[in-house]
Amino acid sequence: MNIPENLRYATSHEWILVDGNTGTVGITDHAQAELTDIVFAEPPAIGKSVKAGDVAAVVESVKAASDIYAPVGGEVIERNEAIEADPSLLNTDPFGAGWIFKIRIADAVELAALKDAAAYREQIGA
Amino acid sequence: MRTPLFDQHLATGGRMVEFAGWEMPVQYTGILQEHKAVREACGAFDISHMGEFFVSGTGATAWLDGLLTNNLTALPVGHAQYTILLNERGGVIDDLIAYRLGEENYLLIVNAAKIPEDAAWLRKHEVPGVHFEDRSAEFAALAIQGPQAASVFEKLFHRPMPAERNRVEEIQPGRSFIATTGYTGEAGFEWVMPAAEAAAAWQAALDAGATPCGLGARDTLRLEMCYPLNGSDLSPDRTPLEAGLGFFVDLKKPDFIGRDVLLAQKASILPHKLCALRVLDKAPPVRPHYKVYVNGEPVTETTSGALSPSLGYGIAMAYLPPAYCDIGQMVDIEVRYRRFRAQVVKKPFYKKP
Repeated sequence: MNIPENLRYATSHEWILVDGNTGTVGITDHAQAELTDIVFAEPPAIGKSVKAGDVAAVVESVKAASDIYAPVGGEVIERNEAIEADPSLLNTDPFGAGWIFKIRIADAVELAALKDAAAYREQIGA
Repeated sequence: MRTPLFDQHLATGGRMVEFAGWEMPVQYTGILQEHKAVREACGAFDISHMGEFFVSGTGATAWLDGLLTNNLTALPVGHAQYTILLNERGGVIDDLIAYRLGEENYLLIVNAAKIPEDAAWLRKHEVPGVHFEDRSAEFAALAIQGPQAASVFEKLFHRPMPAERNRVEEIQPGRSFIATTGYTGEAGFEWVMPAAEAAAAWQAALDAGATPCGLGARDTLRLEMCYPLNGSDLSPDRTPLEAGLGFFVDLKKPDFIGRDVLLAQKASILPHKLCALRVLDKAPPVRPHYKVYVNGEPVTETTSGALSPSLGYGIAMAYLPPAYCDIGQMVDIEVRYRRFRAQVVKKPFYKKP
């Protein structure tokens, strides 16, 4: 199970890559494996304001719909349109081409509440 | 409950889910890949959860013809027939496959969830001379489906697969049966055998080139063909005529339970018909129990739905009032608080290229 060291993780299986006050958000390898074949993805609209824990996006597999939560609060500044056209990117490259949205982080203090790779690995028993 | 193949499913990477009280694999490697394997090559499904009823004795044919909608008297020995068990209101108790093993000798393959109810119904209507036995626990079954199923058959049985659909053969009399039937729209066969032989049969099917397939692909494959799923598309409150299964109802038979209701329906207008809906917009997958609107008014809900793996668009079925059943009728399906355009289309959704 791939769990990159340079990311922070939410208990609800999202990852965030922090670069200054911008965060890139996606779902983990573990999450995509649990969801199985993802056939629909809808990243949030640019300008949408979210609080940590808010539903920010939706992905659906053949069998189930799954909400994607914002790991931190802020404003959506970019959405990955490529996953709308090809939702399977979430399965094949969850930490890369399958990213979902970018957020302008409102309060960097919230990042401290997220897990590092080791804590997330422990959570999923990997 | 577990089928005799439970350990094999785990060893093959099956993701187990609850279905009708059974722990069944929903998928192994992935629903899309398994779906494609059946459409393009060959898949193997464990269908051991389904029920096996044996009916025999003088009068067996007449007895079953009084309980089932299709015509067994007209079915030659060595053939299988899709047929429906109705309640007195003409509603569907179960849909099943009857194998005619002899003049007065039948094997019925019934839905897993309905084994107790079907058995109780048949026992309630038992007549002297006809012997009915629910032997579901003794038997396992596999469905081998896909354009390469014939090659798998040859490797398993060292002879050609019967070319004709709905043929039944006893591999070992009274113990092991094959029928060229299925629930996918592909060529193939279903193989019923003693539970103790299931593990070897499963392995032999995989060794012969079949891809293990779970219930997820079974559902998308059958929905592309508009084959109904009892409990979703069929119910005790809907008749087979409403479900579009008139082809499997022989109203010329002198009598069967539910016939009067169907005759009356036929003489008037059906209250609803099960329609095939193609989603026109790019939309999340439609699932069962999503609301369907016509001209902005809620009229019904979907009974089944999926994003069709073969076709790449959303498909669903729903009971619509007859005024809205014409091909081309526009409807809206609500998915997560938003409505997407869909259209009534001809069944089935999928036709072999």
